[in-house]
Amino acid sequence: MEELRYVFPQRRPSTYFLNGVTVVKRVSKEISGSPNWLVTKFDELVNWARANSLWPMPFGTACCAIEFMATAASRYDFARFGMERQAFSPRQADVLICAGRLPFKLAPVIRRVYDQMPQPKWVISMGACASTGGIFDNYAMVQGIDTVVPVDVYVPGCPPRPEGLLYGVLMLHKKIKGESLALPALRDEQPLDAKGLRMPPDEIDEISEPFGNSVHQFRSS
Amino acid sequence: MNPSVDALRTTFGDAIGRAEAARDGETIAFVRPDRLTDVMRWLRDTPGQAYDYLVDVTAVEYRDRERALEVVYFLRSLERHADLRVKVELDPRGELAVDSVTPLWAGANWLEREVYDMFGVTFRGHPDLRRILMWETYAEGYPLRKDFPLRGRFSRAEQVRQALNANPEAHYSLEELSIAEAFDEVPAEMRERLRRGERGKLPFDE
Amino acid sequence: MSKRTVELELATPGLDARGQPARVPLVARGLEPGNEPDLGGEHLLINLGPQHPATHGVLRLVVELDGEMVVRVIPHVGYLHSGFEKLGEYRHYNQIIPLTDRTDYLSPMANNVGLALAAEQLMGIEITPRCQVLRVIACEMSRIISHMVWLGTTSIDLGAFTPFLWAFQERERIYDLQEMWTGARLTTSVTRVGGLMADVPDAFVPGLRHFTNTFPNTLAEIDRVLTRNAVWAGRTQGIGVMTKAEAITYSLSGPMLRASGVPYDVRKDKPYLGYETYDFEVPIGEHGDVYDRYLLRLEECHQSNRILRQALDRLPDGPINVDDPRVILPSKSRAMSDMEAMIFHFKQVMEGVKAPVGEAYVGIENPKGELGNYLVSDGTAKPVRWRIRPPSFINLSALPKMAEGHLLSDLIAINASVDIVMGEVDR
Repeated sequence: MEELRYVFPQRRPSTYFLNGVTVVKRVSKEISGSPNWLVTKFDELVNWARANSLWPMPFGTACCAIEFMATAASRYDFARFGMERQAFSPRQADVLICAGRLPFKLAPVIRRVYDQMPQPKWVISMGACASTGGIFDNYAMVQGIDTVVPVDVYVPGCPPRPEGLLYGVLMLHKKIKGESLALPALRDEQPLDAKGLRMPPDEIDEISEPFGNSVHQFRSS
Repeated sequence: MNPSVDALRTTFGDAIGRAEAARDGETIAFVRPDRLTDVMRWLRDTPGQAYDYLVDVTAVEYRDRERALEVVYFLRSLERHADLRVKVELDPRGELAVDSVTPLWAGANWLEREVYDMFGVTFRGHPDLRRILMWETYAEGYPLRKDFPLRGRFSRAEQVRQALNANPEAHYSLEELSIAEAFDEVPAEMRERLRRGERGKLPFDE
Repeated sequence: MSKRTVELELATPGLDARGQPARVPLVARGLEPGNEPDLGGEHLLINLGPQHPATHGVLRLVVELDGEMVVRVIPHVGYLHSGFEKLGEYRHYNQIIPLTDRTDYLSPMANNVGLALAAEQLMGIEITPRCQVLRVIACEMSRIISHMVWLGTTSIDLGAFTPFLWAFQERERIYDLQEMWTGARLTTSVTRVGGLMADVPDAFVPGLRHFTNTFPNTLAEIDRVLTRNAVWAGRTQGIGVMTKAEAITYSLSGPMLRASGVPYDVRKDKPYLGYETYDFEVPIGEHGDVYDRYLLRLEECHQSNRILRQALDRLPDGPINVDDPRVILPSKSRAMSDMEAMIFHFKQVMEGVKAPVGEAYVGIENPKGELGNYLVSDGTAKPVRWRIRPPSFINLSALPKMAEGHLLSDLIAINASVDIVMGEVDR
């Protein structure tokens, strides 16, 4: 328990083969200068392919999962956006959609499911409870799944309408299209630290602080 | 007032305390904790009573610290269309223990486990008294007690840390381990915990 | 309960003299001593969930298998425990209503009605006739959408994908009506203590009437596809049987109880909201297997449709809220212009409506079973204890009993037939 867990090697593309021409890309952690024309076109191709075939891993827990199912059903149908096959195995999924509230008992489960997904992977936090803990500011609820897994897109709502979830998916498409293979740091995995946390404890406390009405709603009588 | 109360008083005498009426019209009978099993068995098996259906088991702790913690049993007789609420009063500052009614109604199994999880009431004779809603090594306490704050006792970061480290597969219960024949591979710390008997006692209680 | 014969006492070490865990004799169907097949081998312990497509939410099943046959299944719940009952102690009664949407999120309006009835019983409030009929409409709409989810997900678990789409399309039509009435598709919060959040708009009644006219067609389609289907019948008949006595002792309720032959329906036995004046039947099963539960729920949808038609015909005019300014918020225009109304508004919002000392339990016929709300009050505006009597939780506790001796794929069918919603199981 004291050593680092979940350390993953970073993906470092060092050579591409394009039309029989070997393009050697210097690997560096800093943002390289201006990638050349070949690489940007390749990026566009790769990002287009990734964005338009995001296979979701539906980590559905509560009410948002029902709206997720409604988005998958015939009226709203996110198969039109490339999410044709819901991958129930994390090994075959691209995007983890956490639909619903995440209690503390479920936190190691989502962490493990996230860790099992191969890169490239993204996370959509669907709903208010997954994004911030929602109306459940109490002993049992994780105050936002970003304390446990890294999140790319937050979709607010309680539950978000199917159109809202689709908008979130489209935002993720836009984010993916802005990625580049020249930035390997984008696909880095953040290991959990020795305490088993993803971010420093005071940061977790700070983002879990009550806000809005919740500040006053802890008196029992 | 439900006529069962008079029948109870005739049979059990002073084991039956006061009887009240709830605001929904049901009768509440208070029973002494040590006679609970006898009273419940009588209520279930006697032909004129026949409370064969247990609707719910729960507990109530009041904000007034002088009031007892009540364990409430909702009984129903399906054939006679009658309801009865039985309450057992326990001292909230003392030891919270009462007999289990699982031998009488199998539906009480999980209901009593939940009362144990949320209030810390031990049910003597329960076949499998473990936490059911929180994870088994949950160390913050019993959530529905009035001295347990809404947001829990630990800081959020500590709660996240404890949750992430409460690996569910590391806490199979004894019956599951005996199936898996994995007892030999279990770490020493866990074997120690099992030897001490993890039913009904939390690690931090020692 | 499984047929194990051990009683484990508390704090008793479960180890025998050799330091090994004390083994208990397991007698599963088909594996009686003397009847065992010749194949050697051990039992396999597998873990289903909590993240699994066929567990209907975050349910974890630890299954002991002998080959393909389930010897024992141990459900683990609590993966969606959200602290509802604790939160309820920190909220006014009207603030608890949005919480009830999120327990059984497949039939939110019925939950809202359940809590409102319990709070009104506690406070001694009688609701208006129009409110009663509208709440019956809400409950029956919830029953239809809950059974449609059940139908869709059960058929998809057993391999039939098409009824899922048909069922969800019907749900979308009800969602449109719910959105028309309350503004939200799923988290409706339609009731308030003493009345409703809002009256139905003009397009609601014709819309619902159109729904009741066309819904039986979809049910007939689903019926045609599933009921006499050899695969469906083969996978569901004789599976997961609960006898009458077992159903009663396990405190089952709702379709699970009635499929086993117990004629108990809260709407008939302890009527609320005027259900005794409606003309409907309650289907009762006889075999107590998955097929009976399917037929029962399908028929309940027909009966709900029938009740909806009657309710629409008899919807009376009048106010939806009780005429008590201490309980119901005054209208905005009056609150802004009349001093007394403003004071009532202020008191209700800042302090909440105080309930008298006492307790009340009201059980309603949720689509899943008997949903009970037990409210204990000490005279303040926030309850001392809010207990939800969860039908899915109690129905699920019978799963080990139903599943032993069946195959693993039958376990999926049985789990689906219990009709659980984890929000209510874990609260």
